[in-house]
Amino acid sequence: MSQRNPAASSLSAGLFEGSTRKLRSLADEEIAISVENLDLYYGNTQALKNVTMNIPKQRVTAFIGPSGCGKSTLLRCFNRMNDLVDSCRIEGAINLHGANIYDRKADVAELRRQVGMVFQKPNPFPKSIYENVAYGLRLQGVNNKRVLDEVVERSIKAVGLWDEVKDRLQSNAFGLSGGQQQRLVIARAIAIEPEVILLDEPTSALDPISTAKIEELIEELKEKYTILIVTHNMQQAARVSDYTAYMYLGEMIEYADTMHLFTNPSQKATEDYITGRYG
Amino acid sequence: MKEWWKSGAPWIWLNGGAVTISMIMVFGLLALILVRGFGAFWPHPVFETRYIAPGADPVAVVGELRRSETLTGQAMRDAGIPIPEEQLLVTRHLVKMGNRDVTHRDFGYFLDDFMEEWRYPVDIAVLERREWGDFYGVPLRLVERGTTVAVGDEVWPEFQQRLRRSNELFDEIRGIERGAIGRINFGIERVRLDERRAELRGTLTDEVRAELAQRNEDLQAQYRVLEQRLNELYQEAARDSIVMRIADGQEVTIRLADIVKAWQPNNMSVASKVWFYVKDFFDFIFGYPREANTEGGIFPAIFGTVVMVLVMSIIVTPFGILAAIYLREYAKQGALLKTVRISVYNLAGVPSIVFGVFGLGFFVYFLGGQIDQAFYPEALPAPTFGTPGLFWASLTLALLTLPVVIVSTEEGLARIPSTIREGSLALGATKGETLWKVVVPLATPAMMTGLILAIARAAGEVAPLMLVGVVKLAPTLPIDGNFPFIHLERKIMHLGFHIYDVGFQSPHAEAAEQLVYATALILVLLIVMLNLTAITIRNHLREKYRAESD
Repeated sequence: MSQRNPAASSLSAGLFEGSTRKLRSLADEEIAISVENLDLYYGNTQALKNVTMNIPKQRVTAFIGPSGCGKSTLLRCFNRMNDLVDSCRIEGAINLHGANIYDRKADVAELRRQVGMVFQKPNPFPKSIYENVAYGLRLQGVNNKRVLDEVVERSIKAVGLWDEVKDRLQSNAFGLSGGQQQRLVIARAIAIEPEVILLDEPTSALDPISTAKIEELIEELKEKYTILIVTHNMQQAARVSDYTAYMYLGEMIEYADTMHLFTNPSQKATEDYITGRYG
Repeated sequence: MKEWWKSGAPWIWLNGGAVTISMIMVFGLLALILVRGFGAFWPHPVFETRYIAPGADPVAVVGELRRSETLTGQAMRDAGIPIPEEQLLVTRHLVKMGNRDVTHRDFGYFLDDFMEEWRYPVDIAVLERREWGDFYGVPLRLVERGTTVAVGDEVWPEFQQRLRRSNELFDEIRGIERGAIGRINFGIERVRLDERRAELRGTLTDEVRAELAQRNEDLQAQYRVLEQRLNELYQEAARDSIVMRIADGQEVTIRLADIVKAWQPNNMSVASKVWFYVKDFFDFIFGYPREANTEGGIFPAIFGTVVMVLVMSIIVTPFGILAAIYLREYAKQGALLKTVRISVYNLAGVPSIVFGVFGLGFFVYFLGGQIDQAFYPEALPAPTFGTPGLFWASLTLALLTLPVVIVSTEEGLARIPSTIREGSLALGATKGETLWKVVVPLATPAMMTGLILAIARAAGEVAPLMLVGVVKLAPTLPIDGNFPFIHLERKIMHLGFHIYDVGFQSPHAEAAEQLVYATALILVLLIVMLNLTAITIRNHLREKYRAESD
């Protein structure tokens, strides 16, 4: 850290002060997903330009960048959520377990069971808390009460919501607060035991206390899951992620260890953005 | 003034005024129907007076006041009635005098100027008869098989008692005719159809023939027993009669078997009038019509309307919802879809009589004719489904209300936030699973709204129904105790058509007027009830999915 960039370090000094974290290197990591030369078009506009990156297993990878840079679009490529957009066209490959998820023979529903997603606004279903969490399992044909009870309890406990809802599992999920709803939605996602969890600005609609809880939760979840998070909040990226990718106008500008990227960015554009001189 | 104009106040007044005028019109209509409708059953007092028109013999008048109106003296003079020159206005009364069979004049207009003082004798009685309308007169004596059994003050209490007996006998007769004999007729018709069917199939062996003959014989035997019983009952019912004196002094004998109920309006306390009123209202709702629908109850019409609307709902709901789901969720958005959508929306604006004509031509004659040939050849040439009936009426109405359901459902589906769909898809649900497990349940309140609008429209519709299944008088209800219990091919009665028929197609317009208001009241109440039920269900659903409605 001897070659710290003075401007960048002034912003992030507080973030990593006293941290005993060591710099990680992607080369040492086990790779969960690899993206190869990914191009994405909405009609005639290209939203992603030749993105290539390796996502490490059981780490938190953050995507940052200004609005419209394509970070959400990229995130939605990992579970093929962009398929819902009629005009969307994708070239290149995303490999999960060595198979391209955009292969014509790939099963989208199966992919989405392996790659769970949590959205910007909490979106529980108009059902009971219990049924929200059990939804994914019921889709897979699991209707055994004992199995469902067990999974529901485990999932809700995993997101730290159990003590708050255990007495009203049968009441409507809309009765929960925003932060509780977002944790419920995460519980819903992990109930089907995915390998990867995509978080699309999961705290942008939440208050600071709920945000802190979700961030703690992300820290715990990475023990078991590979996590990809899109965030507007650079402090959040710095707090929760192991690796950070900075994107700008559909291009992957820089992708490195989070501490490294924040304290010693190799690209001028990255530095401008994280120091607030972007534009 | 300019300030006032600028302040926006005129705009508010204009809007407020529009609301006020609408409210006045709606509540005025409702108030009229309520007052006239509920007023129809009140036992009005009966007066007695003499009417001395210039240049004519005095006439005794007994009756109840229906309506009074004020006319100009000039108009009367022009009509040739001698009214003094200086008199500007005259009052004219419409009086219901009953006794249609005796005097041939049950309603009459009388000028107030030529009437003597009105008296209200307590012994005047009104008899509601099964035929010929009401009867007004003073009871003189009670006769049992030609011998007088009561005179004077004893007549009325004794008459009441014997009338109850006579009505019990009548109920028994009616029960046998409608129930047991109806069942036997149904059975005999079945035997005939079974025989014809076997004949058509070439399976009419001697064995079958014998069995059918046996069935027929059994039914005939049952019928003979019932006929015997009926004859006895008729004999019994003909036992008593009452002698009444009418306005002009004539004595008229009336059989108790012909009387539905009797009351002495000038001799009733308010409490007994209220009790009478409630009973009368009850009889109106649960009774069967008499006298070309101008008397009696409207139960078959209420029943027919409700059954028809229910059958329509059962048909239109799944069709409308499935069509809307396809249009909104699956169909590829484009010019073709736009055309289809505009066509569907425009269907709602097609005059309903056009649907009626289409229903008659396509459903009744074409579809019905095909069904008859395929499934009911034994009944031909008498049509089963190839004639207007409940099912075709419901189907025509379903077609008429389909656009309403489609539009509401589509709007409901469009309002479901995309995040909810994405949430389901992201858990590995297919599009179909997402639709049925998440999106459609959320859109149910909108579907209920569509159904509410459909019901409101269908229950009040008359024009197309006249062509496809509604009749003036249906001999049987569409649901009864004979297999298969719901008879979709039967013709039905309908409240809307009943109003039209009684009010505007009956020979006794004055007699029917109150009935028309009462029927309109029941129709309005029925629609309100059907709608309230649907709205309650919708609110319950809304509550369930509360957070998504904003």
